[in-house]
Amino acid sequence: MKSLVPALVLFVFGLAACNKGDSAPSGGTAAAGSAAPASAPKELELLNVSYDPTRELWKDLNQKFIAKYQAETGTTLTIKQSHGGSSTQARAVIDGLEADVVTLATVIDTEAIAKKGLINAGWMERLPNRSLPYFSTIVFVVRKGNPKGVKDWPDLIKPGIQVITPNPKTSGNGYLSFFSAWGSVITRGGARDDAIKYVTALYKQVPVLDSGARGATTTFVQKKIGDVHLAWENEAHLEVKEAKGDLDLVYPSVSIRAEPHVAVVDGNVDRKGTRAAAEAYLKYTYTDEAQEVIASHFYRPQNEAILKKHAADFPEIKLFPITDIAKDFPDAHKQFIAEGGVFDTIYKPKQ
Amino acid sequence: MASVNRKVLPGFSLTLGYTIFYLSLLVLLPITACFVKAGSLSFAEFWGAVWTERARAAYLLTFGASFAAAVINVLLGSLIAWVLVRYSFPGKRLIDSLVDIPLALPTAVGGLVYASLYVESGWLGRYLVPLGIQAAYSRLGIVLVLVFVGLPFVVRTVQPVLEDFDPEAEEASSSLGATRWQTFHAVILPALYPALITGFALAFARSIGEYGSVVFVSGNMPYKTEIAPILIVARLEEFAYGEATAIAVVLLIISFSMLLLVNALESWSRRYAR
Repeated sequence: MKSLVPALVLFVFGLAACNKGDSAPSGGTAAAGSAAPASAPKELELLNVSYDPTRELWKDLNQKFIAKYQAETGTTLTIKQSHGGSSTQARAVIDGLEADVVTLATVIDTEAIAKKGLINAGWMERLPNRSLPYFSTIVFVVRKGNPKGVKDWPDLIKPGIQVITPNPKTSGNGYLSFFSAWGSVITRGGARDDAIKYVTALYKQVPVLDSGARGATTTFVQKKIGDVHLAWENEAHLEVKEAKGDLDLVYPSVSIRAEPHVAVVDGNVDRKGTRAAAEAYLKYTYTDEAQEVIASHFYRPQNEAILKKHAADFPEIKLFPITDIAKDFPDAHKQFIAEGGVFDTIYKPKQ
Repeated sequence: MASVNRKVLPGFSLTLGYTIFYLSLLVLLPITACFVKAGSLSFAEFWGAVWTERARAAYLLTFGASFAAAVINVLLGSLIAWVLVRYSFPGKRLIDSLVDIPLALPTAVGGLVYASLYVESGWLGRYLVPLGIQAAYSRLGIVLVLVFVGLPFVVRTVQPVLEDFDPEAEEASSSLGATRWQTFHAVILPALYPALITGFALAFARSIGEYGSVVFVSGNMPYKTEIAPILIVARLEEFAYGEATAIAVVLLIISFSMLLLVNALESWSRRYAR
């Protein structure tokens, strides 16, 4: 019996530690007020936690910003980037990944972090254009010469058309495709029932629900499955470019206005003393120089003049705001995608 | 009972302490955290999360496909172990090391490769799909990758037992007039039972938790090819930690009871083998 005592002690210790861990996420809120020292530090490190396809974009932006910041303040910055599925990234930040800024795919993920107290309320109004340096949308990629003649949303549910798009349950690209499809009916004056009928028919034509955007691209491009790929506009551009003529881009008449917000993670920057640099970093993305870089990576810059300049890459289609189909992005996710939402009814076997 | 002193080795309490410490740190602590998190739900919420029609279909698929794959692995794996132990041929060492590849390779790669082999434009799919055999994006594909990830477990548990098996027992059996089949099923097989059952259990357990390879080959269609771990990821996407953990807890409980059952079976077969 005696020999079991240390074991028991350890087990109880384990339980206690576990409870403590459980309440950790709320701990990151304090530490406000520790303002950055007056003299700029020589070296600083920033961590930008972002979603998957933005790797090359931020690499370019970082390089330019680091040079500019050093010239202006004398501080040498190192900017680390972390990429992954947008909500996986948000969870990492919630669980303690020390991001200085988050540049995630949708407000759903940014808001989840804010709810834990890591980003102050009203964050969206702290930067111009509701904290949106760029926006994007969902477009179609089709096989060379568009053999099935896919031009717009209604074509997707014609017999014999296979559509590739990731699982809305596990992917941002996935649910944005769903929102676009839903909105394509609603913005044409369709009723909710019409929209349900349309998405039900649409997802019957989807043979594979990949878990993420890149998986869906592989299915469509490498495995040559499907006739239409519903992809992020910037990914679609790269996909078509890399296919060297095997694929074509098709712009539907209407699609969702996707809004990847940027935000400074208050809880982290105040503790690390990186607020000034982090704020300057995000403000930089609105400069003409940064907006040009953004456009060159096929994200739609918020600067109207620069967007016009690149009009060849960004055909004008009707981008409907999320408010056309729901209160906001979190509400849309709850109504359509989350457990018990519209998407769950699509696959339900007939009783 | 508790005061019976049967210490054979010194330092029993120290070693037990360490064992339990490491087990707590590596296994018990995370599992406890799981249970605590799932415990934050009310019973109705818990039940609502884990027992939907769709979740039941996913459990059935996860355990069914894992079971099928483990059975195939026991047959295939013991055959490979047999060949590796009993015969010598050029390239044997190479083949021996190939068996461990599924352990080393990121399983996502395995899943991606299997999917691209069996789609209509793939090397194997171009012959199989016209015959009506859809191995990519189907339940068959899930079983195939699970056989892939589980293979080393059976081979590596059966192999050493076969190596230690005394050939004289076989010789005795045949000199007493047993046929080859009788020698196999009355002499060799009983000695292998414990190893086969352990190999089965390991391959089975490995398959239940497998995510990386399956998501690439299954197509993830709800009710058809959606495995239970996908449901966990789906709930996490909604930031519904509690519900996600609830599903994990159900998987844990089912797996644990199955492993207990298999362990009981194994110790029973050990006694039987003597």
